[in-house]
Amino acid sequence: MYRYIIRRLIQAIPTLFGITVLSFLLMSAAPGGPTAAMSFSPQTSPEQRARLEAQLGVNDPWHMQYLYWLIGDTWVRRDTDGDGEGDMWGQRKGILRGDFGRSFTRGKRPVIELIGEFVKPTIELTGSALLVGLLFGLPIGIFAAIGRGGWFDNISRVMAVIFSAIPNFWLGLVLILIFSSTLKQADGSPFLPSSWQCNPTLIKCPPIYERLEYLILPVFTLGTAYIAGYSRYMRTSMLDIISQDYIRTAHSKGLTPRMVWFRHGARNALIPIATFLGPAITGLLGGAVLTETIFSWPGLGRQAIQAVTAQDYPFVMAFVVIGAVATIIGYIISDILYALIDPRIRFN
Amino acid sequence: MSADSVVTLDEKSKQLTGESLYTKALRRLRRDRLTVSALLVIFLMVLFSFSAPLIEDIFNVSYTRTSSNVFAKPFTSEPVTEQDPQGGFNLLGTDDLGRDQLARLAYAGQISMQIAILAALLSLAIGVSLGIFTGFYGGIIDDLIMWVITTLNSIPALFLLIIVAAVLKPGATTLILVLGLLGWTGTTRLVRGETLALREREYIISARALGASNFRIMYSHIAPNLLSIVVVTLAQDIGSLLLTEAGLSFLGLGVQPPTPTWGNMLSNSQTFFNKGPHLVIFPGLLISVTVLCMYIIGDGIRDAFDPTIND
Repeated sequence: MYRYIIRRLIQAIPTLFGITVLSFLLMSAAPGGPTAAMSFSPQTSPEQRARLEAQLGVNDPWHMQYLYWLIGDTWVRRDTDGDGEGDMWGQRKGILRGDFGRSFTRGKRPVIELIGEFVKPTIELTGSALLVGLLFGLPIGIFAAIGRGGWFDNISRVMAVIFSAIPNFWLGLVLILIFSSTLKQADGSPFLPSSWQCNPTLIKCPPIYERLEYLILPVFTLGTAYIAGYSRYMRTSMLDIISQDYIRTAHSKGLTPRMVWFRHGARNALIPIATFLGPAITGLLGGAVLTETIFSWPGLGRQAIQAVTAQDYPFVMAFVVIGAVATIIGYIISDILYALIDPRIRFN
Repeated sequence: MSADSVVTLDEKSKQLTGESLYTKALRRLRRDRLTVSALLVIFLMVLFSFSAPLIEDIFNVSYTRTSSNVFAKPFTSEPVTEQDPQGGFNLLGTDDLGRDQLARLAYAGQISMQIAILAALLSLAIGVSLGIFTGFYGGIIDDLIMWVITTLNSIPALFLLIIVAAVLKPGATTLILVLGLLGWTGTTRLVRGETLALREREYIISARALGASNFRIMYSHIAPNLLSIVVVTLAQDIGSLLLTEAGLSFLGLGVQPPTPTWGNMLSNSQTFFNKGPHLVIFPGLLISVTVLCMYIIGDGIRDAFDPTIND
């Protein structure tokens, strides 16, 4: 099994290489570049800009820039006084050592710190939505499969298709329109709050249990997509299981239907679902860009969008690379989980 | 053996001449009421979009003309002014600049549907040709393309689109290219898998024994068998691309105003909640209905081609 895990990790290296090259090239192709954003002020003299460029290594060939970004430039002397000779060791450690550089905006703080702060609200939101999706989606799928072709199955299928066709952000807008803009409490305040304004980098936000009402609308918005997805997966998986011979055996032994469906059926039908969990959990990081934007949620996705428009390249690159690494790890975990849970699958 | 029995055998063989896969699928589709209604709705949606100039004439409104009559509720008449002595009728009200919403929805439909259809066709063309190619040849080309696919798939899809859209100049053409050039991975995987299975069939081996070239085998023996996958993928892709386009345009990274799309008509709607809820409802409703119908059509076609379902 260890050999399997190690092999999977080695297989992930080319993918990681591809992701870093891709995100690096994308950012190099972006208009402006770092000096345009940092030296926008008219007071910056051409000499200052040139010095800045030399410090940042903007004029190096792109493959060297990529290398510096990846492993740092602490082994290169940088020319800071403009005499054409290197005189100061490079300061960057490179992303492999966890240094994603400093944000161009947001007080020039290290990107990795900022991401650490914004990731908490995102996980709160997407984690709750995933939980809601599992809590409702799995039972719906099980019952739909048990009563295949019946009214519950048909309604749940129709609902799943409808909710996968509704644009998620529009669902959020309609919910705000109904529950925040139209319905009011007795004192005139919205029935449910539509946005949670709290900047985790500036102040300490209250703990989650003191502001559950802020979670209701965004979690419902995101959760419907999860419910639709998981109920479909669970139904298919459950249908597969209840056509198996051992289910018929269990019925003919005289076990109660409930025993057969839940003990023998649902438990085995959950196995394929476990494999979706790996990518789903890591997908929580970047999965809520639009929902966060609509509900002004101070999470990673919304910050990343703002970083794209503000040309804050270090932040964007860090977000892409970390998100992609998390996704790859998610897939590896789910493969391992699958083999651990399902005895029919062997590691070789 | 009498002549009569020969005739009967001949007649019997006529009766036995089965329908081709496609005629059978078409016959099944025609009987599938849900799919037929979805097709009808899509047809009506296209008709509505392309009758935009007609709508402008009938109600005497314009999708570009701004007026002081902002946030008018549905079913209101435009006030008669000196520039416009007749006064139009805003069936679905007006937006924040006083433009008629119905006319804008119709024009937006043209653009949104064009983007989704062209991008879906582009990604389908790439996906199918790459999928057949890698599935057929395998080896190092296959490894290379699968590597590209894994790499692209490990970056959150919407986020990749957002970066590319932000780096490039936003607009309809950019959006079609970006959506098409980044959306082919799923189709390639599907087609590759199917090609891998088809490649081992006896009729391919016999075609090869008859001296068919690789290209001929791919083009005339494998590709036609992928038709059902291709049609289903196309319908579903158009649906999901409509959703993606709407999301990107909503974020301001798609088609830029004043050109309307169903997505960018919603971009400022959060500021309209009190004044004009009708500006939030209708664009989203049109997106949802269109996407829903595309998904239903996709499912319907899949069932129609499914040999395991009996009539």
